Amino acid sequence: MLQFEFMRLAFLASGLAALLSGVTGWFLVLRRQSFAGHALSHIGFAGAAASLWAGLPPLAGLMLTAGLGGTVMGTSGARQEQHDVAIGLTLAFSMGAGMLFLHLLNGPARRATALLFGNVMGIDTPTLICLTVTVLAGLAGMALLARPLLFLSLQPELAEARGVPVRLISGLFLGLTGLATAACAEVTGVLLVFTLMIGPGATALRLGLTPLAGLAAAAGLAVAEAWGGLALAWQSDAPVSFCIALLSLLVFGLTTLRMKRKNGDVQNTQF
Amino acid sequence: MSAPPAISCHGLETGPAGRSVLRNVCFDIPPGTVTAVLGPNGAGKTTLFRTLLGLIRPARGTLALFGQPVKTGRRDVGYLPQTRTPAGPTLSGRTHILAALQGSRTWGLPDPRGPAELDRLLQELGVSSLADRPFGSLSGGERQKLLLVQALLGQPRLLILDEPLAGLDPAHMQDVAVLAGKLAREKGLTVLMSTHDINPLADVTDQVLYLAGGEARFGTSDDVLTSPVLSTLYGCPVEVFRTPSGQVFVSAGRT
Ligand SMILES: Nc1ncnc2c1ncn2[C@@H]1O[C@H](COP(=O)(O)OP(=O)(O)O)[C@@H](O)[C@H]1O
Ligand SMILES: [Mg+2]
Repeated sequence: MLQFEFMRLAFLASGLAALLSGVTGWFLVLRRQSFAGHALSHIGFAGAAASLWAGLPPLAGLMLTAGLGGTVMGTSGARQEQHDVAIGLTLAFSMGAGMLFLHLLNGPARRATALLFGNVMGIDTPTLICLTVTVLAGLAGMALLARPLLFLSLQPELAEARGVPVRLISGLFLGLTGLATAACAEVTGVLLVFTLMIGPGATALRLGLTPLAGLAAAAGLAVAEAWGGLALAWQSDAPVSFCIALLSLLVFGLTTLRMKRKNGDVQNTQF
Repeated sequence: MSAPPAISCHGLETGPAGRSVLRNVCFDIPPGTVTAVLGPNGAGKTTLFRTLLGLIRPARGTLALFGQPVKTGRRDVGYLPQTRTPAGPTLSGRTHILAALQGSRTWGLPDPRGPAELDRLLQELGVSSLADRPFGSLSGGERQKLLLVQALLGQPRLLILDEPLAGLDPAHMQDVAVLAGKLAREKGLTVLMSTHDINPLADVTDQVLYLAGGEARFGTSDDVLTSPVLSTLYGCPVEVFRTPSGQVFVSAGRT
């Protein structure tokens, strides 16, 4: 399958997106912010649709709205878990706004399908370059944030007392998550960002590794699931997004079963 | 010249979100002593601690730690926050502590001596075997001991422990109390501990700070835990019972 240019681009793009998604996903699950991550992709959908309507590349709008949305959400200070309703309403409104722009655009329905469910086999070289830059910048940002972010995720009150700028770091993190969401949406579509972002992160956290090993596992799993999904889709002719979602769920489910059998239930496990 | 008090607090008015939970609080805590901070729920114990840590800016009054102004990120202050459900239950206790150690200097590189110091303290407190288990699988008392190790990293002079005994069984309460007393004696640490119940700490406390109704009384347990003093503080009749063995019970009538 790799003799085709579009498949090579698809493998590169999904691998890159998966790397950043895995790393940010590990932190999202640790911080119990998966719902916020999910919402960011929907906010990005509105941005992407608006970009299309304005005649711009959808990725630009996606990155801008998801990145900004994340930064605002993170710096607003409130812990996301307490803001389910606000996040849910924003998410729903964003989907509505995205549909409005697509309606105004009056384009073919497959545009909407590509945004919602991804179109990784249709990625062109400029998009791939843009994706590469985004992912490298995102990974560099995460490397810079990782230590204080881990600290304030595990012990927020203490981090504050130690003078860690909690809001700034939280905002930057969700901003980067927005970027990761945008990259990931190119592969899985906005509706299925969860598969590459939350699945691998949650699986890695269950393994009880050290943070560095856990982050590597999350990134590795995400890449493996993305590539496995592509290969499976190639063989079976099922949609790529479905294949990735299937693998993501399977890996998570099997890991959970295995760890339960091995350790019994670890108290307070809420992933 | 005598050393400045570990904590010097005069005319302090403070509270979260601009509220004044504490008004006109005055006390001087000598270095190397253990103080129990008492008071009913919502009296402002956590508020006082957060003010001492520089997390709440006081509305009025003067406040100094070892003669220096209060600010966040002071290396000479160790802090054990009031317990809540920990995030990251599958990560080890060591990971939790190391994260604090390495994340404290936000953009800088961590102190390379950290892990060695951590190992030494874990051994000293006899909790090395707990550190490698998933944090979520530890009991409340075991977690508390690990977090106490964390509060001791970096050789602080002042330890602020918020409800370190909450949710512990009597044996673990005793452990933590004895440990606090030992740290004060052997390392000259000043320890501030909030608690609902003075009794587990009775043997190790040098003085008590009692908060109620926005005011505070500071002194020895015998001076402060009396019916007249607490009645004034609460603004309603309060009875204090002492058992022959030295246990103290405060009964504040419901108003
Ligand atoms: N973030 C906050 N905003 C407003 N009020 C608060 C906040 N945190 C605590 N309070 C109030 O401040 C008072 C003192 O709380 P606290 O210091 O936590 O008491 P304690 O630790 O003694 O139980 C309480 O009445 C509480 O409701
Ligand atoms: Mg409290």
